[in-house]
Amino acid sequence: MLDSGKSIGPLNAELLSWLEEVKDPEIPVLSLVDMGVITQAEVDGSVARVEMTPTFVGCPALEIMKQEVEQVITRHGFTPEVTVSFREPWSSDKMTEKGKAALKKFGLAPPPASAQVFHDLEILESATCPRCNGTNTELKNPFGPTLCRAIYYCHTCHEAFEQFKPV
Amino acid sequence: MSNLALKEILYKMADDLLVFGHRNSEWTGFGPLLEEDIAFSSMAQDKIGQSQALYQLLHQLGEQEPDTVAFTRNANQFHNCTLVELPNREYDFSLVRHFLFDTADALRWQMLMQSSYTPLAQLAAKVRGELRYHTLHANTWIKQLGSATEESIGRLQQSLNELAPYALGMFERSPYEDQLIADQIYEGEKALEARWQQAIEKTLAQTQLTSPDWKIQTPHLGGRVGEHTEHLQPLLDEMSEVFRIDPGAEW
Ligand SMILES: [Zn+2]
Repeated sequence: MLDSGKSIGPLNAELLSWLEEVKDPEIPVLSLVDMGVITQAEVDGSVARVEMTPTFVGCPALEIMKQEVEQVITRHGFTPEVTVSFREPWSSDKMTEKGKAALKKFGLAPPPASAQVFHDLEILESATCPRCNGTNTELKNPFGPTLCRAIYYCHTCHEAFEQFKPV
Repeated sequence: MSNLALKEILYKMADDLLVFGHRNSEWTGFGPLLEEDIAFSSMAQDKIGQSQALYQLLHQLGEQEPDTVAFTRNANQFHNCTLVELPNREYDFSLVRHFLFDTADALRWQMLMQSSYTPLAQLAAKVRGELRYHTLHANTWIKQLGSATEESIGRLQQSLNELAPYALGMFERSPYEDQLIADQIYEGEKALEARWQQAIEKTLAQTQLTSPDWKIQTPHLGGRVGEHTEHLQPLLDEMSEVFRIDPGAEW
């Protein structure tokens, strides 16, 4: 049996483990939990309540992810109540260590700490190459193929790579 | 606190972002470089997303559904400043407008992080991170092209001079100005304008461009109360056409 939660309580571990199934459609190695977009997960009787927050306000994948969360909850026999909120805004710092490791394996440089970026935008000028771990890199475009990615060039590998943007 | 005052600021911000987002998206396929194409498309997506979040806040205050509000009003019901509705024209014109608008927009959201209206303050905390990339993009290109060739400097300077009165229209005072300040919704247009001028001048000082003399400009007002140039209605028609064909279209 699942524990009954409070209005804004701790994240229900079992409910979270179900949500591990739901991946970001743009980065299929990353679950919503690893991404850090689940800001509330509680069970109240037969209702499973989940609050999500978008990575980018205009993220086109949000609606799909929300529907998948509802389907997973329904499949486990609970009534889903899924809301989207900015109460606890997402920042790339919310990504778990497991998530960052998965990103790197996927070939995407994980985001550096966003607090540093706010302090000094020059941090964005270079990133660590996910292939060779080299730092002789150059920002080519702060806007990549999706809202959450930036494009860099590695002078060691002589190839471009993408970084998950710190936000 | 009166909802009218709050709705006024939400509408003008949402409409600015929707219209400007749409203008940005018109660069898709036409950018001078592929990467500029992608940049303007990404910024368009961010801005339209942000406008939707603001229309959602308006919906919570009793206004109609976000899509209805965005796609079924006429130009005289829009509260965007005229700066954002002007056609894109050449790249340098678009770049200067992007620089003038996004510098103000970033400062506006930064102010709103302290807003007494919690939903707006929460949204501002989120949007702030995204806008870093928009201002970074604008400043990078202004600094680069504003110090490059005689031609690029000349073209940017001309766009800057031409756009200055429209840019000042961003700060058209609201009839609720005093109330919004007293209720600590934000610090008001006057404070924003002063901070914006400083920021603009700081970037221009790193180029060979000259800041317009703001004191001698006649601001292009009216946008905030629905008085627009002839360019807005065709843009709205085009937007709502997509909406009428497929109301569920992803923006
Ligand atoms: Zn490398």
